[in-house]
Amino acid sequence: MKEIRLSGSGGQGLITAGIILAEAAIMEGKQAVQSQSYGPEARGGSSKAEVLIDDHFIYHPKVVNPQIFLAMTQQAMDKYSHDLTPDSIVIVDEDLVQNPHGSEHIVKVPITNLSVEHLGRDLFANIIALGLLVKVTGAVSFETIQKAVAKRVPPATVPKNMEALRIGYESIQ
Amino acid sequence: MSEARLMQGNEACAEGAVAAGVRFFGGYPITPSTEIAEYMAVNLPKVGGNFIQMEDEIAGIGVILGASLAGKKALTATSGPGFSLKQELIGYAAIAEIPAVIVNVQRMGPSTGQPTSPAQADIMQARWGTHGDHPMIALSPWTVRESFDVAVKAVNYSERFRTPVIILLDEVVGHLRERVELPSAHEIEIYPRRMPNTTKAQGYKAYTPMEDLVPNPANFGTGYRIHCTGLVHDETGFPSGSPKVTEQTIHRLHEKIMRVQDEITHYDEFFMDDAEIAVVAFGGTARTAYAAVEAARHAGQKVGMVRMMTIWPFAENVMRNLAKRVKGILVPEMNYGQYVYEVERAAAAQARVVSLPKYDAEVFTPDEIKQAIEKLAAEVAK
Amino acid sequence: MRDYETFFRTNRLPHIWCPGCGHGIAMKAIAKAIAKLDLDQDKTVIVSGIGCSSRASGYMDFDTLHTAHGRALPFATGIKLANPELNVIVITGDGDCMAIGGNHFIHAARRNIDLTVILFNNNIYGMTGGQASPLTPVEKKATTAPYGTFDRPFNPCEVAKTAGATYIARGTAFHAAPLVDLIAQGIQNKGFSFIETLVQCPTSYGRRNKMGSAAAMLKDMSETVIPLAAYNRLSTEERNEKLPSGVLHTDVFPEYAAEYAKIIKQAGGDKA
Repeated sequence: MKEIRLSGSGGQGLITAGIILAEAAIMEGKQAVQSQSYGPEARGGSSKAEVLIDDHFIYHPKVVNPQIFLAMTQQAMDKYSHDLTPDSIVIVDEDLVQNPHGSEHIVKVPITNLSVEHLGRDLFANIIALGLLVKVTGAVSFETIQKAVAKRVPPATVPKNMEALRIGYESIQ
Repeated sequence: MSEARLMQGNEACAEGAVAAGVRFFGGYPITPSTEIAEYMAVNLPKVGGNFIQMEDEIAGIGVILGASLAGKKALTATSGPGFSLKQELIGYAAIAEIPAVIVNVQRMGPSTGQPTSPAQADIMQARWGTHGDHPMIALSPWTVRESFDVAVKAVNYSERFRTPVIILLDEVVGHLRERVELPSAHEIEIYPRRMPNTTKAQGYKAYTPMEDLVPNPANFGTGYRIHCTGLVHDETGFPSGSPKVTEQTIHRLHEKIMRVQDEITHYDEFFMDDAEIAVVAFGGTARTAYAAVEAARHAGQKVGMVRMMTIWPFAENVMRNLAKRVKGILVPEMNYGQYVYEVERAAAAQARVVSLPKYDAEVFTPDEIKQAIEKLAAEVAK
Repeated sequence: MRDYETFFRTNRLPHIWCPGCGHGIAMKAIAKAIAKLDLDQDKTVIVSGIGCSSRASGYMDFDTLHTAHGRALPFATGIKLANPELNVIVITGDGDCMAIGGNHFIHAARRNIDLTVILFNNNIYGMTGGQASPLTPVEKKATTAPYGTFDRPFNPCEVAKTAGATYIARGTAFHAAPLVDLIAQGIQNKGFSFIETLVQCPTSYGRRNKMGSAAAMLKDMSETVIPLAAYNRLSTEERNEKLPSGVLHTDVFPEYAAEYAKIIKQAGGDKA
């Protein structure tokens, strides 16, 4: 089972990213669950989304053993990392998370800046992060995640989102 | 069967209700049930139905009772604070015998509590929330797919028994997205609105009970000119102060449901063949309990699980028999301990019944339940 | 015109109202208005709340609904939306409509849903023995205001106007004939119509306030309530002692059920 947690600030689009990842897994015939937790703020407060992917029905729907932990803000890094293990892979936006911790496997990528630099706005950071997550986890194929993103986003934004996926996917070796 | 897709529990519940024929939704937005209202706002007009956002929670149930009397299958959705406010009219629906479904996506309380956090603390309120005596049907799904199925059942039961039916979702299942394949329209059995079986000329009375103890009051506007009231009434539908009529009415309201109790008691058993310990769970907690029971089995414990879909009427016979089969029963629930009291009563000391409450606004972890299983196993082994 | 008496369930009579009570006059005016408009008896629904006024639904031979205290309007809204071809008439009282049901009242008016609401205003909670309502005038006594009320009453017609009702009228049990017309016009208005009907309660209100017999109370009413045109000619000071009657306000605004039918059409549900 793949256990993935995406965290950041409300408005960064991480819940959407989690939903797209789960939809991609279903496209590949797998089981997937997605859940989220958030405070009263729609924007600005910390939020997390969790995605579990398996070949069998998933009973307990929450992450127990976080294999992959994405943090897009320092606050989320601190708030949602309590159960990381030495094996957890921590992926952070290196400009927004100054102090990643919880594991020695840390992947630092300037996710938001890549979005601004290549696509003109920070809006695509979540999709860049999604491309990056797919590269790190191998949870679904790159082709499937492209299909899943294309299905979710407004048609006019598909080319930019495809570009964002590719940037994320190629941001690490 | 439809194509597999990712769907949220609340959305599946709304879709199930529409599939079962619901054509009227009235309600007031409240976390974590709002997705149901939003689904209805988009989709009901597409099938010729009505969505209306009301001024408050009480109006939210009042409007669906009116719509139901005028012939539309109707549903409202709410959460803790709204469920408290709706109680009086739930009682009205019970005594006036108006079909209606009330979804309560449970959240942490009391009062405003923790609005975005899960709980299962409205178990007793669902049964005893209104004043006066009446029975209650309450169903609690544990998967997104079952949220659809439970909605269909709830609508059907409300129509068949002409009674309010409560869907006890919890935040865990209501907000969970998971893979579902939904049945297509022809695979869904729908209980149609009951209609008068005699004419006015033949002496039709709106509240004469049929063989199944359920009356067939006519829809408004169909020429029967019935009277509907929350006062105790006789077969004509008009108020009666008679002690005999009062007693008969209250008895019949209970009997029309309790006579088919076994038929409407839905539950699953897992790993129960040689089990010495049973975990009894429902809703989101049952998912975690399953993971815990499976892990405990792998570790060699003789433990099984009974997963309840029907919360009310309480599964008296199921629990009485269960207590004879096992040495210990563990009841994990996201509250201070509610359902466990009913289990304990039915078990009648035939098995040791242990409560595993959880009220920190978090869901159980499988490990918490597994440890409690191990502890109980050690105790009953002595 | 049909004989209005066919609109009563004669086997449910006599009614429970006290001798001298004005509710019977108001109820008869509703039946006469329905007769005057020749409404289809099988397509007309009477909805009421709880209280003396709300017992009227049981005596009238239509589909009738005696709801919970204060909740007539949400039920009526559901009926009208579920089946817009029905004529939906709501009978309510001053406590039912303006206290416990006040929120529903302003919102039903705001939606301009096609309901006709007749408020039987007897200034008191009569059924429970004479407690003060939001329409009990200042300094009048009630069992819960033994030293006289001091909180301001609502002017329900002004509340209805502010909330968006498109037909507002005031009548009285004394002026029984014009009341029929005021109600009939309200039923004809395609929108939220409100008719405040002043009725005497000699038992729970008049007696405690030394207002005399039912006849004396009606006589007072005949002097206090004057046609709108006459009221408008009075000085501000003189108006303090009087209340205007007749059609007080009309407006034009889209009706809720008709507007929702457009939404259904837009969503394609008219073909479903």
